[in-house]
Amino acid sequence: MYDDFILDKDYFIKVVEDIINLIEEQRDYLTDLDSAIGDGDHGFNLSIGFREVKKNLKDWQDKDLTFIFKKVGMTLLSKVGGASGPLYGSFFIKFGEAAQTKNEVNFKEFYNMFKAGIEAIEFRGKAKVGEKTMLDALKPGLDAFKDAIENDLEPKQAFEKFVEAAKKGAESTIPLVAKKGRAMRLGERAIGHLDPGAASSVMILEAFLKNMT
Amino acid sequence: MRRLINDPYDVVEEMLEGFCKAHSKYVHLYENDGRVVVSNLAPVKGKVGIIIGGGSGHEPLFLGYVGENFADAAVIGNINTSPSPESCYNAVKAVDAGKGCLYLYGNYAGDVMNFDMGAEMAAEEGIRVETVRVTDDVCSSKNIEDRRGVAGDFFVFKVAGAKAAMGADLDEVKAAAEKANANTRSMGVALSSATHPATGKPIFEMEEGDMEIGMGIHGEPGVRRDKLQKADKVVEEIMSYIIPDLPFITGDEVAVLVNSLGSTPLMDLHICYRKVAMILEEKGIKIYRSFVGPYATTMDMIGMSITLMKLDDELKQLLDYPCSTPYFTIK
Repeated sequence: MYDDFILDKDYFIKVVEDIINLIEEQRDYLTDLDSAIGDGDHGFNLSIGFREVKKNLKDWQDKDLTFIFKKVGMTLLSKVGGASGPLYGSFFIKFGEAAQTKNEVNFKEFYNMFKAGIEAIEFRGKAKVGEKTMLDALKPGLDAFKDAIENDLEPKQAFEKFVEAAKKGAESTIPLVAKKGRAMRLGERAIGHLDPGAASSVMILEAFLKNMT
Repeated sequence: MRRLINDPYDVVEEMLEGFCKAHSKYVHLYENDGRVVVSNLAPVKGKVGIIIGGGSGHEPLFLGYVGENFADAAVIGNINTSPSPESCYNAVKAVDAGKGCLYLYGNYAGDVMNFDMGAEMAAEEGIRVETVRVTDDVCSSKNIEDRRGVAGDFFVFKVAGAKAAMGADLDEVKAAAEKANANTRSMGVALSSATHPATGKPIFEMEEGDMEIGMGIHGEPGVRRDKLQKADKVVEEIMSYIIPDLPFITGDEVAVLVNSLGSTPLMDLHICYRKVAMILEEKGIKIYRSFVGPYATTMDMIGMSITLMKLDDELKQLLDYPCSTPYFTIK
């Protein structure tokens, strides 16, 4: 079943276009989340990066998936900066590498792309689950995705499990805020806020889900 | 919003363009990377390259200290956001004179990732790059290596710049910078937020009439928020954290920096400095040299920070060593 479920280049290009639009639409929401617990610019910085992706996407789309996502990743690395730039940049570069210069991938390969991308975030950010980062969304999400595949769920259903678990994981960052060292000093201002990185991660996953048929 | 800008997406580029035009005697933008401000003298033959950097919005921090005998280059990120790995690497290419380079920046997760990636890229080209992360903000963590870098950047950068200018090798420059960092402690107070020029909003919420003791230079929360108090009382509280932290003790000699976070006038800074000097005198701590003014800011934030660096003969010599940059000169 998974070998026959093909995700082609049109799918990935649509996903990237949706991510570009989502980040633009949600820019102020992400920035507000960051104002509560960070430095108030997560949405704005991501929008700088994805605006640049938008400018260049047309020039890349004749190439293979590895090339396209390398360009997306390198653009985020060079334009976003901060922590999000290297984390999302490394994610997309490794995500694309796992596509092995193909123009389309089957569902197993699709899983491997996410696995490689999320491992790159772990490597670069040196964070673990429970430390109130985007990994709190992505790690449990990937685990759920893996379980779903092992249990032979329909492809789209399996990816829904990914997004569901990631959402739950992102929400789990809310109470974490008040528990840890630096977060303790945030006091009441932090309560009720998602980690902005976890929130943007979920948005990106939702773009992948939305375009899946 | 009360900021004079054009397109919010152009603020950093337009600032850099203006900066390099205004201070063309000292600096220019690197030809291949518009986020690297390079000293007109770089690369300096026989000298370790000193590269500083971080997000925009802390001016004159970073770019203002590029010039003779201080930093050779500054790598500039988006607002409150570290620069990219490519720019960190391009700075190495711009200033390396064969003796290697030292990265110096405040200890923030984003900066660590990007500068580390820049150093990895340089290593692939066979250029040695070492790193010293500034960790002077006493209230940002109990563990010193987890602390953030704030206005103490200025002292650590100054020391490293002078040591490199004297012809020391990379290990010696790094050791001097590490000593300066180990001897430096800072803490601030914010009376307002700063306005993010792109969103037009404050980077965090703060009511008029409140103050937050210990707030970081990107609005990171401090130790407590309260109604604004008199300058002497605020200084006393801040000093009560800084002094025992190192600790600074009777007989020590220190450099003092009373720094504006952007919108606090020199009048207020000197009122604060007066109290700092009184407290140090009471404790038998001698002031060797003082600096009062905007050195590391948060755009239009109202507030100030106090930094002390404990000195020995080497640090005194390095602090006094002549340098010439757009925003700091010692003759």
